[in-house]
Amino acid sequence: MRISLFIACYNDALFPHTGKAVVRVLERLGHTVDFRPEQTCCGQMHWNTGYLREALPILRHFVRLFADAETIVVPSSSCVAMMRDHYLKAAQMDRDPALEREVRALLPRIFEFSEFLVRRLQIDDLGARFTHKVAYHPSCHSARSLHLDEIPLRLLRRVRGLDLVPLANSQECCGFGGTFAIKNADVSSAMLADKVRCVLNSGAEVLTAVDNSCLMHIYGSLHRQRTFVRAVHLAEILACTDDADLRLAPDQHYAFASSEFSR
Amino acid sequence: MTESSTARAQILARIAASLGRELPAASDPAAYAAIPRDYRSPAHSSDAHAVVDRFAQRLAEYGAGFAHLPHQAALPAAIAAALGARGKSALAVVSGIPSEWLPSGFDFPLADPLTAVELDRIPGILTACSVAIAESGSLVLQSGPRQGLRRHTLVPDYHLCIVLESQLVATVPQAFDRLHPELPTTFISGPSATADIEMTRIQGVHGPRTLDVLLVADRPLA
Amino acid sequence: MTAPRTPGSAPHWNRRDFPDAAREALAAQPPRDDLFHHSQTRKNVRHATDVIQAKRNAVVAELPEWQSLRAAGAAIRAHTLEHLDHYLVQFEANCTRHGGHVHWASDAAEARRLVLQILAPHAPREVIKIKTMTSEEIALNACLEEHGIHPVETDLAELIVQMGADRPSHFVVPALHKSRGQIRDIFAREMHRPDLTDSPQQLAAAARTYLRQKFLSTRVAISGANFLLADTGGVAIVESEGNGRMCLTLPEVLVSIVGIEKVLPRFQDLEVFLQTLPRSATGERMNPYNSIWSGTPVGDGPKEFHVILLDNGRSPILADPESRQTLRCIRCAACLNACPVYHQTGGHAYESVYAGPIGAILTPQLHSMHDAQSLPYASSLCGACYEVCPVQINIPEVLIHLRGKVVEQQQSTLAGSLSLWNIAMKSAAHLMKDGSRLNAAVHLAQTAQKVLVSRNGFIEWLPGMLGGWTKTRDLPALPAESFRDWWRRTRSAHPSAPASSESARD
Repeated sequence: MRISLFIACYNDALFPHTGKAVVRVLERLGHTVDFRPEQTCCGQMHWNTGYLREALPILRHFVRLFADAETIVVPSSSCVAMMRDHYLKAAQMDRDPALEREVRALLPRIFEFSEFLVRRLQIDDLGARFTHKVAYHPSCHSARSLHLDEIPLRLLRRVRGLDLVPLANSQECCGFGGTFAIKNADVSSAMLADKVRCVLNSGAEVLTAVDNSCLMHIYGSLHRQRTFVRAVHLAEILACTDDADLRLAPDQHYAFASSEFSR
Repeated sequence: MTESSTARAQILARIAASLGRELPAASDPAAYAAIPRDYRSPAHSSDAHAVVDRFAQRLAEYGAGFAHLPHQAALPAAIAAALGARGKSALAVVSGIPSEWLPSGFDFPLADPLTAVELDRIPGILTACSVAIAESGSLVLQSGPRQGLRRHTLVPDYHLCIVLESQLVATVPQAFDRLHPELPTTFISGPSATADIEMTRIQGVHGPRTLDVLLVADRPLA
Repeated sequence: MTAPRTPGSAPHWNRRDFPDAAREALAAQPPRDDLFHHSQTRKNVRHATDVIQAKRNAVVAELPEWQSLRAAGAAIRAHTLEHLDHYLVQFEANCTRHGGHVHWASDAAEARRLVLQILAPHAPREVIKIKTMTSEEIALNACLEEHGIHPVETDLAELIVQMGADRPSHFVVPALHKSRGQIRDIFAREMHRPDLTDSPQQLAAAARTYLRQKFLSTRVAISGANFLLADTGGVAIVESEGNGRMCLTLPEVLVSIVGIEKVLPRFQDLEVFLQTLPRSATGERMNPYNSIWSGTPVGDGPKEFHVILLDNGRSPILADPESRQTLRCIRCAACLNACPVYHQTGGHAYESVYAGPIGAILTPQLHSMHDAQSLPYASSLCGACYEVCPVQINIPEVLIHLRGKVVEQQQSTLAGSLSLWNIAMKSAAHLMKDGSRLNAAVHLAQTAQKVLVSRNGFIEWLPGMLGGWTKTRDLPALPAESFRDWWRRTRSAHPSAPASSESARD
């Protein structure tokens, strides 16, 4: 299958290793990955902050750029939620029936990464190996918008050597919420403090999720507090076939922030 | 024109304008009928014994007393037992309660003529009901014979309610099928209660602090 | 009485911006003018919402038809709103047929004047009240006090709030921010009961004793309503303690102040809401008491019954098809209990009669978006509110819609269009329209960030509005190579080639 990768703007700049991990997993499964360097952003930040008009050209760019793509995979559930929950409404708001038609045609071909593996490809064993204690944070959009439910956990349970530990109050928001974390920094920080307490109490060495945005937020506090818990996108865990793939040295913050793949 | 009638005209005009119409909407029975009602065919057990068990369990959770009697002839003894257990020698009754339900040896003054202040001084009240709901453990009283007026089951501190098996239904929608829509209606689900202090459920605030229910067979269980 | 206060009046809402009010709510220091130490507030709110949520989840899970009930509830409410004028007129006719008097009030001032007019012939010195949000909305208590009428709140929590000269912080459990010890102190002082302990049982008994004579002797009561029933002219009120039944049945005169959106087409529609409301509000299968009546039934209840239909900003909300769903609300407060923001701040930070997620969308709309513009931003858009809403109000969707209106307002002023936020968002939008433009910006940032990056590779301090982030959180520095650049470096020669042995390596 020819798969177009929409990396998401913040992953492109901040978390390139997540994209590399997605490429690695998909290619390992024998698929062809295509990356369109003209891609930018899904428009979520603008839309969710109320800059609805400003979001329109951004999402229109996305829709046009991927119009002919066979399948689009996105390692960020909140971007997919943006597309599924708001693109049609945005097209209607702009009274653009052509865009509306394009959105309708495109949406069924867009998948969040873990959803693509389990629901579309029907695979839950990626042959991965990752010998760490891992807690899974079900991000709000992955749980309440995409209803991924057990999907990421099914993938994690098939990872060799992985010790999956429960996370208390896992369904509660970490307080990120995009610009909410800045506009309402105090409330956001208080929500984060509750989340971090649960992460630390879980005993996990690694926190994972299908959204680097939440992980960046939670890890922002874990790092500030000089804890040894790491944050790793699910794709990066699934990409590991060897413990040497992920070198969790004490001076390494994000697992992949300065590591390299080795085979 | 009074202020209120001006306001009436204004509000109705604003609603119509907001909804993009000039005139008030006519009734729209087709749109109303299109409301999905599939909650009405749920997977609740309609087995009569299961319904009784559920009703008993709900009442127990509310802290209400409960007894299940095989026939109406058992009522006098059961009422006497309930009064004995609650330490009462008398109980007001609402009109329409059959005298053959009542045991001898106790006073059963009629509640109907009593004022609220007088109701505050009686030891308790005996009524029947219109419908009872197993799923929610509710008694539904509609003002009238055997059920009295709304204040009768409110001011006294003790309420003893007789439910006939034929009045017990499984679900809330089944109860609504049997209710008269325009009579004063009270749903009673356990003794009065509050959780306003630290979410601790406290039984008994302003309404009756004690509730006993006697469920009586009046037909073979289906 | 030791507390400096106006008895019975809720302190005025200040309407500060949510972030500022929330900061104060989060802080441990007691607010300036409160005698009671509030450092416990967060703990109290968290405990209460945890308990209600757990109970709610349990009783919802046992109903296989729950989602069907939500869908039916949403459809009934949506249908009603689309025919609201019809159902209000129908209610009016049927309530009148049963002996009730129906009045209409465009705004709060009209509603207050109507109440005073209705009460005037009876010249009450005191009225008893069952908890009503509409009374809070029109600030009725202060008005009554000004006219020499003392309102007695009879709901336990409202009594606590009234005696403590406090404000409700939740519309089902208004005093959930108070602990039993704080409640004991208020009751001991106000009821002159130094003997009281902090046992909830004893505190509830004290309220029973305190209010019993008032119930038996007060001739006028004031209520709100949960539902109006168009086909019967009926009014439905759900409650727990029996104080509501006392107010609804013992006095000679009853005045119910009800928002115009509260009507349901038929009596039978209650079969949906009497299942969803108690489960959502208090986590009970049914609350202890529901009262439903039409007008003035002979010999049963008040001889004089008035309904005041209150608009007060509701009818214009109908005009916006996106946010009309706000008026479906049945005030169960499940969205407050589920909201992670509310968990942290409690209700007071919203500085509004209606707190929590529903308050964040309802309050600004009731004020035609001229006020409370910070409330639509008081949410991380996590969606927990929508998930529990028994009438399927898509609160996150409405929040975003209202944010859009706030941004439009800001952009319509010079100051707003020159604000840092507007410039930043506009610039970002410009970059996001074009991949190479975005990539150039990333390259620039990779270089520019160097002054901010600590030796550990993280950004620990940021200036201006971004400083809110780094107050509690580090930010990873941008790595030297973006994904796009990595792809170009390693793949651009063979853009669609399957993995070569080197291709997925740095």
